[in-house]
Order: sequence, then structure tokens, then C-alpha cells
Amino acid sequence: MGGLQKKKFERGSATNYITRNKARKKLQLSLPDFRRLCILKGIYPHEPKHKKKVNKGSTAPRTFYLLKDIRFLLHEPIVGKFREYKVFVRKLKKAYAKIEWSDVERLKENKPTYKLDHIIRERFPTFIDALRDIDDALCMCFLFSTFARTGKCHVQTIQLCRRLTVEWMNYVIASRCLKKVFLSIKGIYYQAEVMGQLITWLVPYQFSHDHPTDVDYRVMATFTELYTTLLGFVNFRLYQSLNLVYPPKLDSKSESEINEQNEEDYAMSSESYLEKLSALSASLARVVSSVEEEEAQLDQFPTEGEDMENMEAREKELKQEEKAKKLFEGLKFFLNREVPRESLAFVIRSFGGEVSWDKSVCIGSTYEVTDETITHQIVDRPSVDNQYINRFYIQPQWVYDCVNAKILLPVEDYFIGVTLPPHLSPFVEEKEGDYVPPEKLKIVAMQQGHKSVTEDEENEDEDSNEEAEEEEEDNDEEEEEEDEEEEENLKKLEEQRSKGKSLQVKVTPGKMKVENPARLEQEEKAEEKRLAIMMMKKKEKYLYDKIMFGKKRKVREANKLAAKRKAHDDAEKAKKKARK
Amino acid sequence: QLLGAGPADGQDDDTDSEESEYSGLEDSGSDSDSEETGSDPDSGEEDGSKEASEETGDEDAEVGPSAVKRDIRNTVGNIPMEWYADFPHVGYDLDGKKILKPLRSKDELDAFLDKMEDPDFWRTVQDPQTGRDVVLSEQQVALVKRLQKGQFGDINFNEHEPSVDFFSYDVMIHPVTNRPSDKRSFIPSLIEKEKVSKLVHAIKMGLIKPRRSQDDSKGRYYDLWASEEQGRVRDLRMHVPAPRVPLPGHEESYNPPPEYLMTPEERAVWEQQDPEDRKLAFVPRKFSSLRQVPAFERFIHERFERCLDLYLCPRQRKMRVNVNPEDLIPKLPRPRDLQPFPTTQSMVYLGHEGLVRSISPSPCGQWLLSGGDDGSARFWEVSSGRCVKKVEVCGAIKSAVWNPNQGLSLVALAVGSEVLLVTPPSTAADKQVVTATERLLSEEVESAMGEGPVIWSNAEGEELLHGIRIKIQHPKPVSQVTWHSKGDYVAAVMPDHSSHLQVLIHQVSKRRSQSPFSKNKGLVQSVAFHPIRPYFLLATQRSVRIYNLLKQELSKKLQGNAKWISSIAVHPGGDNVICGSYDCRLSWFDLDLSTKPYKTLRHHRRAVRSVAFHRSYPLFASASDDGSVIVCHGTVFSDLLQNPLIVPVKVLKGHVVTHDLGVLDVTFHPSQPWVFSSGADGTIRLFT
Repeated sequence: MGGLQKKKFERGSATNYITRNKARKKLQLSLPDFRRLCILKGIYPHEPKHKKKVNKGSTAPRTFYLLKDIRFLLHEPIVGKFREYKVFVRKLKKAYAKIEWSDVERLKENKPTYKLDHIIRERFPTFIDALRDIDDALCMCFLFSTFARTGKCHVQTIQLCRRLTVEWMNYVIASRCLKKVFLSIKGIYYQAEVMGQLITWLVPYQFSHDHPTDVDYRVMATFTELYTTLLGFVNFRLYQSLNLVYPPKLDSKSESEINEQNEEDYAMSSESYLEKLSALSASLARVVSSVEEEEAQLDQFPTEGEDMENMEAREKELKQEEKAKKLFEGLKFFLNREVPRESLAFVIRSFGGEVSWDKSVCIGSTYEVTDETITHQIVDRPSVDNQYINRFYIQPQWVYDCVNAKILLPVEDYFIGVTLPPHLSPFVEEKEGDYVPPEKLKIVAMQQGHKSVTEDEENEDEDSNEEAEEEEEDNDEEEEEEDEEEEENLKKLEEQRSKGKSLQVKVTPGKMKVENPARLEQEEKAEEKRLAIMMMKKKEKYLYDKIMFGKKRKVREANKLAAKRKAHDDAEKAKKKARK
Repeated sequence: QLLGAGPADGQDDDTDSEESEYSGLEDSGSDSDSEETGSDPDSGEEDGSKEASEETGDEDAEVGPSAVKRDIRNTVGNIPMEWYADFPHVGYDLDGKKILKPLRSKDELDAFLDKMEDPDFWRTVQDPQTGRDVVLSEQQVALVKRLQKGQFGDINFNEHEPSVDFFSYDVMIHPVTNRPSDKRSFIPSLIEKEKVSKLVHAIKMGLIKPRRSQDDSKGRYYDLWASEEQGRVRDLRMHVPAPRVPLPGHEESYNPPPEYLMTPEERAVWEQQDPEDRKLAFVPRKFSSLRQVPAFERFIHERFERCLDLYLCPRQRKMRVNVNPEDLIPKLPRPRDLQPFPTTQSMVYLGHEGLVRSISPSPCGQWLLSGGDDGSARFWEVSSGRCVKKVEVCGAIKSAVWNPNQGLSLVALAVGSEVLLVTPPSTAADKQVVTATERLLSEEVESAMGEGPVIWSNAEGEELLHGIRIKIQHPKPVSQVTWHSKGDYVAAVMPDHSSHLQVLIHQVSKRRSQSPFSKNKGLVQSVAFHPIRPYFLLATQRSVRIYNLLKQELSKKLQGNAKWISSIAVHPGGDNVICGSYDCRLSWFDLDLSTKPYKTLRHHRRAVRSVAFHRSYPLFASASDDGSVIVCHGTVFSDLLQNPLIVPVKVLKGHVVTHDLGVLDVTFHPSQPWVFSSGADGTIRLFT
């Protein structure tokens, strides 16, 4: 009988969890500090399997943390810094109250600060880990860099965010790793492949923000604090990997060029340096003088059979990728002042194009409108006054669509005043049975090399529509049957009408019932399946039903989209006819 | 006085003009026009005297013009003069003589006359120290006026002169003062020493910390992962990486394809939904060009929500079941390999009006008996579908069963509270069989008539012509009759909650009845004789009881999961029982295995009304209210270790559901793999 008997909630899952309040008390932190610590250390609550057991029999809603997580936080040096800061604030308040300005001064000078380097190292033990989680950091930094310099957060933070994002964009340009761009109603999505990791970030459009009142900016600021540190280290490493100087410096050649032009317009070179960098028009200085990049050749291994095929496929893919990287090489763009300069400059430069803009728009323009060698001028207004003959005047969507299609699309669809073709998301990868918009099919066809598409667009369009319809028909035979039934009904109606006209009695030739063996077999199989489904166990049946329900819903949605499209196209056609 | 009044006015005018003249002095110019001729010489004098006084003023400003004339000075100093109010004098002059107050000779009249006559009256003031009248000079008047205006007394003083700093930031070659340094500047200060020692002490004791050196390493980055070990994993416990934000689809584009835009109805639905229920968090919109795209107003919200998700949401790894649905379907032998079984509807027997409650084929398989709610029992020829004979009875026929003994040609009908024994038409059987039946029925048996609840009686007259031979009158309505396989015994069920008299077994040859159960075990739904052994199966609402008739005891009690059993059937091998229930289930019991069902089949969507086994083929069928008959293959192996194989092989549809009732009875053909079914639509169908 030895040993103490444990009480009810002193073992098992109840001992593995701790409520938020208890955790806070254990760490001796206030709630905001606890929140900050959790954000910085990446600690999140856990949902216990048996809530009631963990909650000691109560069913009150509580947030639970793993006890191990909280123990792990106990040894964090940042916690000490938080306490120091708390003391500092208390002393400062006291000094203010006593009007002891010298003390205030002294205290302010000794304001405790902390660094997050060790936390970054701990949370992201390898560089790849850091890259994998950089999506949110980029989104946040891009957002903060667009904030006004007043109010919501420290100016230094905004400046730092701006600096880091400019560095990042410069890296993407230098490494040419941008893959996809998408203009959404929220902002512009970019996707780049850095060291094999797909990184997606969202940049808001350039407008001043209407700051909402129900957002806690302290939380956002804490996240930004972490993210700026992370992004800084990542940038450093990335620049190092490309042999670029960090912090970035402009290439001496291009720098002198820019300097020549803009020397008189900008007063302080120290201030305008970031601006010059953020113009994105000049290349960066390298540690080692730039040698022409030798293209990485895949080593040839003696392989056989399938491997050979694989290798060939991979090689082909690589070649395509290389080609896509040089999409805009040799093209010279000029941006009108109404287009989003930064985004377009970023995209065009990351695909090897040259870009410039009016001198008054931004620092760093490299050539004038009057330059005869400009091939494309990007315009977003209904008409342009004096046009040059030897260049295309196109709308900005062309650039983005080309990047996503990985080919230069025909410019005719994107001229000034032309109704633009829909802008599709490059992130959607249609699986079998999904709805594919006809525009996507067109682009795919173009990618595969049908250059003649542009000539008889309409036909192609209809064809693709028909194809789509056929696919739908394959999808569900029931519809087909319905169609047949309708046809039969129509025939009957016709017959009735003809009967009314001609004699009452009519001899119709007998119809041979044609048995389609394939059809019969199909039906038999279907019935077999139905019977087998009847014999399924309850659990499996449930799962099966769920899967099938999901599949059917997908088909239904695809059909709905297709029907909507068809109705729209029909309406358009009718309008056209009416106009004629 | 009248005369006086005129000059007084003139005097007033004079003073006025003089005032204007003084104001003109400052303006310097406009005086000559406005002046009156009478006062001209005065003003000329005045001008001259003013110039003279200015000259004197330059020499000695303190000496007024009145002092020049009579130099009386009071030596009392600057004291309040009311101290001398009660004395005749007001002070002492330079010689020490009293200065007497002037005689108060002037009264109001004098003053008035003075005012009228003396042109200098307006600038005559009384000196309080001497008590004499003093006429102010031009200069003094000007001074008073300047002071009244708030200006400096001295005309020549320029208040806006540029100031010259005495000490300037320029280092001069000459010192400001040439004083030699103090001695104290060479001696160390004691007070300072005290202060320093205090500070030193504080620093020593750690009370004052040295100023923190400016730490600018915060924004400085370096290669953090320089000493990165390959393959080192996060040492965080149970860490689940945050899921990524889903990538945007076509509908988020600023210029989406038209099918992704919302129709007005969809928009209305979207607006009515709660924000959590919405499939899309935003309304897709289309803009004709990029410049028209506005800022997304929920941008900061969305980022903030992402932040909240990152630090507030519990993370869980959900195992997504990634199975091919085809793999879930059990692999069963193909129905084609399990032939023969009925597949198509080949005959419909029409004639009944109303429900056809019960059907039964003859043991030879040539004839079919049916009974329905229209009060008629019909004999059909199976192969042609012709109704051979129709027996009208009074009341709905609940159950109609053909005697399974091939040597007899007899059927039993349950009508109301009677069980009728009817002979089929003579064409339906051999002559031998008919005679055997006749013999059985015509035997006069001395039975215990009148005893017990049951009355046996021979039919007579009209009924006899129809073929009704024996009537067995029961105390309560009979719901089911069933024959023993030998054909001598017939069991009748009278369902009643309260009575123990629910089942009666009649012996036809001896015209005798017996009630086997002395206790009420619940509402009896259905009974069956065991095909081989002397067992009797009794289905109550929830369970099936198997009684040994020889030992007269309960041998087994089968507990299905059924809520309400509707029918039972026994496998011809005798070891398996199926029972259908109103809660859509069909349970297969293996008597050797367990009292629990070996398998429960939930194939039907509505209540199962009837179940049946085939006598020779491994088939069983169930009929349900959903209008379908499901035929299953059910092989029972002689090897005890092998479980029965149950495979559904065919769903037969044909009956029309009327009044929520579908198929009411199902039975197999005795020799062929055919199945008969009777439905609420008044038809009987044969599937072959």
C-alpha cells in the first residue's frame, strides 16, 4: 500500500497543459509583455484532446499552452529585458513627476534595448528554415514601408522596413528569380523562387492608408520588430550568396550616370541614396568584379532508360526557365507617369528589360521619352497626344500577363483604349475536372507554339468553348441524357404539329432498338459498383459519401462557372448582332 | 455781461486756435491758413520766446522760465505738501525765510475773469511748493504733450538705434577687463571637491552607472547562419509550422473573367451571410484599367488577422484522409459469377384491387396463390399470368399460404379472426393429390370441439362451392398463418400485447389446436417452423426466440439491433435465420456462431416488409416500402469455419409506391431462381 495516491488532476494530460493566466503568473509578466514574448518566440496555444480533463472538470473556455513551452520561455534572456524596461518606465515617470530633467535625460540615455538575433537563430536554425517562413515577413515589411511617417509607429521602423524591402527587391532583380506576378484587387502578389523555396508576398497599391481603429498596432509592431530582424539577416545572406555588397551599393558606372543627371535636383547625397536604390533602375555593385555568369550546366551522367528521359525532360525544363528569365531582354520600356512605377520597374528589370521614366517622376531615370530606341511605352490613359511610330503603346497588364505566360504575348490586345483580356491568376493550377477559363486554354495553346492564334481569334475562342462543353458532357452523362430527352420531346412536338396539318393516322416505321454493347457493359459495371457500395461498412460508407459529395460539389461548381460563361458569351454575341 | 459773453467766446476760439496751432507745430505747415488775424501777434511772440527758451533749455534744462523771473525756491524737499496745509506758509526759501502762501484773494469770479482775459491762462499752473502761478513755456508744454502721448521726453532720443553688443562672439585682441585673476582661481575648490568625492563614491558603490555607449548594432546585420550545421533540426517540441496563406484564385483579379463575377442574386446571398460563413471574403470586382483600381480597404485588417492567427490560434495537424474512393469499395465476387438469380421483370399479374398482402407459390411451382385487401384470394397460373380461380371471402386476407406438402393440395388463408382451409381448383393438382386431400378433409375426427378458444367447423353451401372446406374460428384477428414443412400443422399468429394466447398451432388431420405458450413474451410479429428440426421460431418486437418443440423449452434467443422486427425466414439448411425490421435493416443470424447478427444489411431506404429464402439456390430476398426487392446471394458453407458469403446481386424495381407502401410480400419460386413480389399497387410481379 506504499506511495501516495495521486489526486484526480495531478497526472495525465492535465499536467501537460497550463492556462494562459497561470503561464503569465509563472513568468511574472504583464499580458502585453507575455503576448510580445509569445510572438517573438513563436509560442502558440495548444488545443488539448480532452478539454474537460485538462480544464480540471470545468468546461469554461480557456486558452491552454503546453507546459513545456512555458518552461522553455522561462530561460529566455529577453524576459529580463522586459522587466528592465518596465523598471525604466517606472523611473522615468517618477522623474517626470518630480520635474527632475537631468534625471529624465540620464534615464533616457540609459534606455534598455534588446536584440533579437539569438531568437532568430533559435527559431530558424538553418537558412532554409528562415527562407521558408519569410512570406509573412515580406508582406508585413511591405505594408509598413507604405505607412505615413506620422502616428501609428516609429519613423525608424518605417524607414527600416523601406530599406529592407528595397534591398529584397534589388536582390530579386539581381538574381532574376521572380516567377509570377498577379494584380489582384488587394494589391500585387509576387512569387519568387529563392534557393528552391517559393516565396509569395503581397504589396498594397500605392495609396495612403485609412487606419482602422479596431486593429491593435502594438501586435503588428511586435511582429514587425521580429520580421525586420529576420529579413535583414536573410538579405545579408542572400547578397553574400550573389557576391553583392551589403548594404547594397550601386554599380559605380551606373551610379556616376545617375549622379550626372540628378546632381542638381537633389541636395543631399546621403538622403537620396536610398531613393536611388529604390528606383530599381541601376545594377548593384559586386564584391568581386562582375564576371559574366557562366550558366550552370547539368553534368552529364551516364544513364539509361527512364533516367535518360528524366534527364532530358529536366534539361528541357531548365532551358525553358533560362529563356523565361530573359523574357524582356533587349526591350526598352518607358513608363508614363500614371502607371505604378515601382512595380513595373521591378518586374521589367527582373526579366532583363531596360526601363526608364520621366525625370520628374522619380530619381534614376536613364533615358528620355524622345529616345528612338524605346520599343514599348506603357500607358494607362485613354489616349496619348504625340505618338512615336516605332514603339508600341500598351497597357500595363501586358507586362504582367507576359511574365505569367512566360512568352511575349501579342500586343494587339493591350493597345490603348482596347478592352483588356481578363487577367488570370497564375497561382491556380487546374486539376482534372476543374473549370478552366477559355482564356487560359488560349494562353496554353500559345505557349505550345500556335502562333496563328491571333489571326482568327474568334474561331479559336468558339472552338475552345466547344471543347469545354464537350468536356462537361463527358463529365456527367446525365446531362447528355437530358439533352437526348429534350431532343425527343422536340421531335414529338414537331410530330404533333405535323399531325395537326396532315392526316390523323400515320404509319411510322418501326425503330430497331440498337443495343450498344459498350453502354450495356458500362451500365452493368455501374450497377455492380452500386451493389458493392451497399455492402460497405458504415464508417467507410460515411467516408466514401463524403469524398463523393466533395467531388460532386466540385463538378457542380465547375458546371456553374461554365454555364455562367456561356450565358455571358451568348449575351455578348447577341449585343454584337444587334449593333450590326 | 452781454459784452463779456462775446469776447469770452472769442477767447475760447483763441484757445482753440492756439491748440490747433500747437498741433500744427508738429505738423509744421498748415498753421497760416487756419489762424485768426487777432491772435497772430501773440503767436509771433510765442514763437520768439519759444526759440529763446530752447536756447536756454540747451544750456540748463532744469531751470524753467518762471524760475528765471522770480527765483523763489522752497527748501522743504520732496514731501507731501499737505503737511503744510494748516500753516500760513508752505516752506522756506534759500535764505531760510518762510514762504507764505499767497493770499486767497482769487475767488471764482477772479478765476473766471482770468480765464476770460489772460491768454496764458490755459498754461498757467500753480506750483504746489510755492503756491505761485507759473506760466509754462512752449518747450514745457511740448514736453507735457509728448509725455501724454507716451513718447520719450527728449526729442533727439532715437529709440530704434541698432544695438551694439558689448560682449560679442568675436574674440577681441583686447581684454574686456584687465583685472588680474583672483586668488581663489588658483586654489582647488573645497565645495567642488566634496561634490566630486560624492560622485566618486556613488560610482564606486554602483549607484551611478556610466553612460551606456551608444549601441548602434541593432540595425547591423551579419551572416547569422555562418556556422550552420547541416541536418540540425529545430529543437522545439511538437512544433507545427504555421500554414501559409492560401494563394489567390482568378476571382481576386482586378480584371477577372466574367464568370467569376457575382450575379446580383449571389451578391444578395453573400451580403446576407455571416462573415464567417462566406466562401469568399471579398466581392470580386472588375476594373477596365489598372489606374482605376482603388486601395483595398481591409488590407490592414487582413494582415492583422494573419498576425492574430499566428500567435493566438492553436495549431493542429489534421490527417487528411487521402484515399482513393475506389479503394474503399469492398472487393466482392462479381454478380455475374453468382448466377442464376432473377434479373428482369417478366410477368405482371393484374387483377387485385388494393393491397396484395400475401402470396405463396404451390410446391410444384406451377401455381401462385395471392390474397389481398379486396377480400379475394386468387389462384394464378405462373407461366401464363392467368387467374384460374377467385375465392371471395368476407374481409381482407392477411395471409395466404400454400401447403408445402406435395402430397396435399390445400391452402390456408387468414381472414379476420378466421383461418380458412381452401382447396385450390382441381386443375391445380394431380388426381391422386386431390383425393388425398379430400380424404384428409372428409375424415370425421372426433375432436375436442368446444374446448379451448378455437372452434373448428366445416364450411357449407356457397362457401363449399368456392372450395372453402374448413373454418377455424379464433378469438382474435389472425395476422399470419404458416405451415409446417410436413403440411399437417399450421400455426396462426394473433398479435396482442396483453395476452399469452398469441400463437396457436392447429393440426389439420386431427382437427386439434393447441396453445404452446403459457406466458406472454411480448407482441408476436411473426412465427416460422424450422424446416428440418422440431424447432419453432417466434419473432417478438425486438428479438427472435427459438423453441424446441420436443423438449418444450427455449433453446435460443436472438438479439438483433432491430427496433421492430417485421418478418423472419429460415435458411433451408436450418442454421441461418434472416429477419427484416421496420428500421430498414436486415439481420443475418448464424445460429452456430452467436445470438448476435453475423451481418446487418442496411440496403433499403424504407421499412423492410418481408424476407424470404430460396429453397434450393443460395439466394434470399427482401422487400421494402421503397418499392424495391433486393436479391442477395447468400452461400452457407458446410465447413463450419467458413462464414457465410453474402453478396447483393440485384435490385429489382417495378412496384409503384402507393400510400407510402411499396412491396408487401416477397417469395421465391420453389424450384426456379425466380422471385414473386406483391405490392401495395395491387400487382404481383415475377422476376426471372
